[in-house]
Amino acid sequence: MTTLTIKKIGPGASIQDLGRRGLLAQGLSRGGAADRLALLEGAALLDQSPDCAALEMTAMGGTFNVDAPSRIALTGAPLRAQIDGESVTWHASHRLKPGQTLTLGPGKGGVWSYLHLGGGIQTDPIMGSRATHLSLKLGLIPETGTELPLKDDQSGPVERVVDVADRFKGGQVRVLASTHTALFSQDDIDRFETTTFTRDQRGNRQGVRLNHDGAPFAIADQLGIVSEVIVPGDIQMTGEGTPYILLPECQTTGGYPRIGSVLPDDLPKAAQAAAGAELTFRFIDRDQATDLHKSEDDLLKALKKSVRPLVRDPREMRDLGSYQLISGVTAGTNEKGELA
Amino acid sequence: MPLAASSFERPDPPRLTPLGLDGMLVTFGDAMDDAANRAALAFRAAIDAENWQGVTETASSLCSAFVSFEPGQLSPSDLQARLREILADRDWLAEDLPANRTLWTIPASFEGDHAPQLADAAELAGVSVEQAVKQICAEPLRAYALGYAPGQAYLGALPEHWDLARQKDLTPTVKEGAVVTAVRQVIVFATSGPTGWRQIGMSRFKAFRPDDPDRPIALAPGDEVQLRPVSRDELDRLAAEPLAGATAEDIR
Repeated sequence: MTTLTIKKIGPGASIQDLGRRGLLAQGLSRGGAADRLALLEGAALLDQSPDCAALEMTAMGGTFNVDAPSRIALTGAPLRAQIDGESVTWHASHRLKPGQTLTLGPGKGGVWSYLHLGGGIQTDPIMGSRATHLSLKLGLIPETGTELPLKDDQSGPVERVVDVADRFKGGQVRVLASTHTALFSQDDIDRFETTTFTRDQRGNRQGVRLNHDGAPFAIADQLGIVSEVIVPGDIQMTGEGTPYILLPECQTTGGYPRIGSVLPDDLPKAAQAAAGAELTFRFIDRDQATDLHKSEDDLLKALKKSVRPLVRDPREMRDLGSYQLISGVTAGTNEKGELA
Repeated sequence: MPLAASSFERPDPPRLTPLGLDGMLVTFGDAMDDAANRAALAFRAAIDAENWQGVTETASSLCSAFVSFEPGQLSPSDLQARLREILADRDWLAEDLPANRTLWTIPASFEGDHAPQLADAAELAGVSVEQAVKQICAEPLRAYALGYAPGQAYLGALPEHWDLARQKDLTPTVKEGAVVTAVRQVIVFATSGPTGWRQIGMSRFKAFRPDDPDRPIALAPGDEVQLRPVSRDELDRLAAEPLAGATAEDIR
């Protein structure tokens, strides 16, 4: 068994996989990665199952060691990333050797960043998943000093890069009409589509609050809705008419009106909008959305096809002189060892 | 506005409405109602029995059933057509409760600081404290739906005079196992947390026990719970027993 030691980690970190299904009726939301696409990207880079558990981090990142040669992949919101002080590419896989220090953070936009390990994190599954449910304190909560068990994993592809959708700065998000949309006035639905919302500071794995200028979004009988099932992506108006986008740890049922539901394909973009980022919403026809929708299986297949070898960018190499640029010839350096 | 006109319609129940891209809600009532709850439980059981390819999960809440599906395997229009067919098959509001439910008997103490608001609640219901405990424990109460925390059931219905409004001010926290009441319903708290309901008793029942591989969440929607009044001391003694003295038996 290999061990990943967390030398330092920011707040809000958790272990995440695809979550727990089948327990909605009993009051347990699925949970799982806040950005599910990032989990698939990690699986594509390391050529492994999307069920493999990864470390989910906020923009503070963390510092890590391993005690045996390991493969890692970095996905989700880009963080400054270094191995022993040398910059390494985000959205890519790398080798991490014993004695080396992986330093991640601070962030460069976005909310949720992922450190994937070859073979996945091997904490004990609880109810069929390793995913930490932070609000229930279910599963392991990683802290400074935590030692995470890993599979011994030395084979498999590494030093690969994957093309990702830029989804880390807000923007337009497509929404579907949902169970309570008809309870809002046409004027409010039009206003919802033309308003620019700003992601509030307040947000966690249950949901994020959005701010806007103008009247609240309320319905005539705000308290008259019988509690119904909630799905992640639903945009719920609180009692004061402030929208929240609900995320994987949301309550399983609720009676606040929901004006629409973010298309699952756009939920990573909505979840990755950091505090201060702007979001707008556009209703999309359901048939069109169904035609455009890609299942997670299809997304993973496409990602695996787009993975290609990582070509090191000479500008990111700290000490170019130590690399053989042309066979038999080392880059010219002056007597001080500086690049000529 | 590329939104289809149908998205704005909200016909009277029973009605089908999409929930997200991959969910469908079947609603039997727009206000809490025993028949609508029975319909939701029975309809969900009927969908489960169909075992359709592409259905990933089903659930029920107070007055509605929910079907989650994989749109690549089961088209939304196909699912809607099948759900409409089953809806039309019978009068779901007249349906009996499904089989495979469990009756839980849960010991609870209604004494001292286990029941800080029992006297208030009894007064609001217009009965004595003794009558209140007797009425709350008289009949099995049905788990209409689970929510707020895993395994936390909304149990009902108490007789009409128990239609108590929630408190204006929240109780900052009640403990796991607390028995609270409002709106003709009872909750046995599955976690500790704030509540607007009045605490009338205390159990040691653990509704959510993630380390139990066999039954991590004790209750399911449709299960029934009968509270059994015990003394403070008896409750403490039962805490050491399996399930803290609660028993489970199959209904029918």
